[in-house]
Amino acid sequence: MSLTTDPVSGPYQYLKAQSRWRVLEVAFWLCTLLPYFLFPNYLVLASQIAITALFALSLDLILGYAGIVSLGHAAFFGLGAYAAGILSKHGWGEPITGLIVGGVIAALVGYASSFIISRFRHLTLIMITLGLGLLLHEAANSAHFLTGGADGLQGVKIWKIFGLYGFDLWGYTAYTYSLIVLFLGFLLARRITNSPFGLALRGIRENAVRMPAIGAPSHAHIRKIYTISAAMAGVAGALLAQTTETVALEVLSFQRSADTLVMLVLGGAGMLYGGIVGSAIFMIARDQFSGINPQYWYFWIGLLLIVVVMVLPNGVLGGLKKLFTTWRGPS
Amino acid sequence: MSAPDKTIPALSTQSVDKSFGSLVVAKGISLTLPQGERYALIGPNGAGKTTLINLMTGMLNPDNGRIFLGGDDITTLKPDARVKRGLVRTFQINTLFPHLTALESVTLAICERRGDAGVWWKGLPSYHRDAEEAYGILSSLKLSPVAYKPTHELAYGQQRLLEIALALATKPKVLLLDEPAAGVPHEESSELFSVIAELSKDIAILFIEHDMNVVFRFASRIIVMVGGAILVDGTPDEIAADPRVREVYLGKGHRAHG
Ligand SMILES: Nc1ncnc2c1ncn2[C@@H]1O[C@H](COP(=O)(O)OP(=O)(O)OP(=O)(O)O)[C@@H](O)[C@H]1O
Ligand SMILES: [Mg+2]
Repeated sequence: MSLTTDPVSGPYQYLKAQSRWRVLEVAFWLCTLLPYFLFPNYLVLASQIAITALFALSLDLILGYAGIVSLGHAAFFGLGAYAAGILSKHGWGEPITGLIVGGVIAALVGYASSFIISRFRHLTLIMITLGLGLLLHEAANSAHFLTGGADGLQGVKIWKIFGLYGFDLWGYTAYTYSLIVLFLGFLLARRITNSPFGLALRGIRENAVRMPAIGAPSHAHIRKIYTISAAMAGVAGALLAQTTETVALEVLSFQRSADTLVMLVLGGAGMLYGGIVGSAIFMIARDQFSGINPQYWYFWIGLLLIVVVMVLPNGVLGGLKKLFTTWRGPS
Repeated sequence: MSAPDKTIPALSTQSVDKSFGSLVVAKGISLTLPQGERYALIGPNGAGKTTLINLMTGMLNPDNGRIFLGGDDITTLKPDARVKRGLVRTFQINTLFPHLTALESVTLAICERRGDAGVWWKGLPSYHRDAEEAYGILSSLKLSPVAYKPTHELAYGQQRLLEIALALATKPKVLLLDEPAAGVPHEESSELFSVIAELSKDIAILFIEHDMNVVFRFASRIIVMVGGAILVDGTPDEIAADPRVREVYLGKGHRAHG
């Protein structure tokens, strides 16, 4: 028996059971508080992980749920980062509104590009997203007056959150702030994936041919989730700009898009937690390994990636889930 | 909606043409499916039957000709818009959602029909009425015991029934069934067709089927297609007696109707 086939008495109970909070989930979120006590010296890293996790979560919404593979999702992360950074450089350093501006700018560009995205699939789609990412990266590189180009955006100054909590050197505020935003983003993603719209997205992922035959406007669905995902990526970018008080050209890089895809696949796509777990594994491993031998870091990530996709097609989380299911009871 | 005028055909096509490169797969296809009727579309492999369904449902665009649903020209409508107007098909090869449960799949089709599928701010449990309706459809097709199973774990015959369940969930006015019993053992296939025969008479049905016993039992009229063109159409008796049909179709070692 699998976890999801607890005895159910009817469709309503079934739907309820599907969207219920599980004990493991609560435990997971409690664990995100551990860095305060166990690794107080690593709160800066922890905040970076939370930000990357939010970005990976935004990618999961389109990849894991709607089946849209993107190699240029950093475009929206970077847009959000630059929007929040430039806003603060020009005198408005209020963090919450900065996040909103970052999200809105990314959402607008996401919505505009979604009209192209929704028409294509497979390799064409990957190439279009890749092209969009490269395009924005080069645009930011040449718009030196606005972005600082390859030198990065300097002079970002973020005010205290609610006028009370300033960003400290140890990353205490940064982690708390990032973690709260990540959790809110997670709640949103969880609600979306448990909604009728989320079911329609899974339908697109499972069989794009059947969708129009049951009367589904797949293109409209894709435009909607792509816009939501872009907004979430933009908020993640804005968070990075605010917590580090700088924006490097790297926020728009192909490397960032690719790394995030790797994190999501490592953790397990289509499970909400996969991106979060993947980001944590990736970034902690990078922090540890690159200290020992920086140039070989990607060798190990490459190896890990190959092993995981071969042995655990649903990522680390998918593997754990399977293990847990078999341990729970023979099926 | 006002009471439908019975003289307007549920579905009709006017001189529809389609070629794939040099291969002509539809040549001047004109057919009429009256309301509430059960028509069969038969013909040898590669005759262009599935292609015709693709053309009628908008999955392919015709090179020439027009398609009408209840008197409205739908030739340029997108497939999902045609479904919204009541023109619905099933697939010869299972075209399902492998990792959705049977209940989720049918609930999805109902959410789409009711316009609920765009809602992302409310949880699915708020739409339990859609799920209960889905469960009802599954029960009527004897699929309730597997309602909570992922589609890919269903037996093949159950998957064929789920094909029909998905179509019914959209509340069709015209149902195009592409070999609904394809691959189903002989004994089960007549059971499956009894289910189809019992569907509401408000639904006009055009079904493709190779088994002549089934065709002669369930069709009020039979359309014979050969090489992308309609060879002849008529009542089962007319078709059984037609020498041309015997020659190109029944003559090829097929079990002739007794
Ligand atoms: N997309 C396509 N591109 C090119 N040729 C195609 C395409 N779809 C179908 N054909 C060809 O068109 C012809 C008619 O195919 P179709 O599937 O409509 O036949 P059918 O009558 O449904 O046959 P069957 O009884 O085997 O299902 C076949 O020769 C097929 O190979
Ligand atoms: Mg066919």
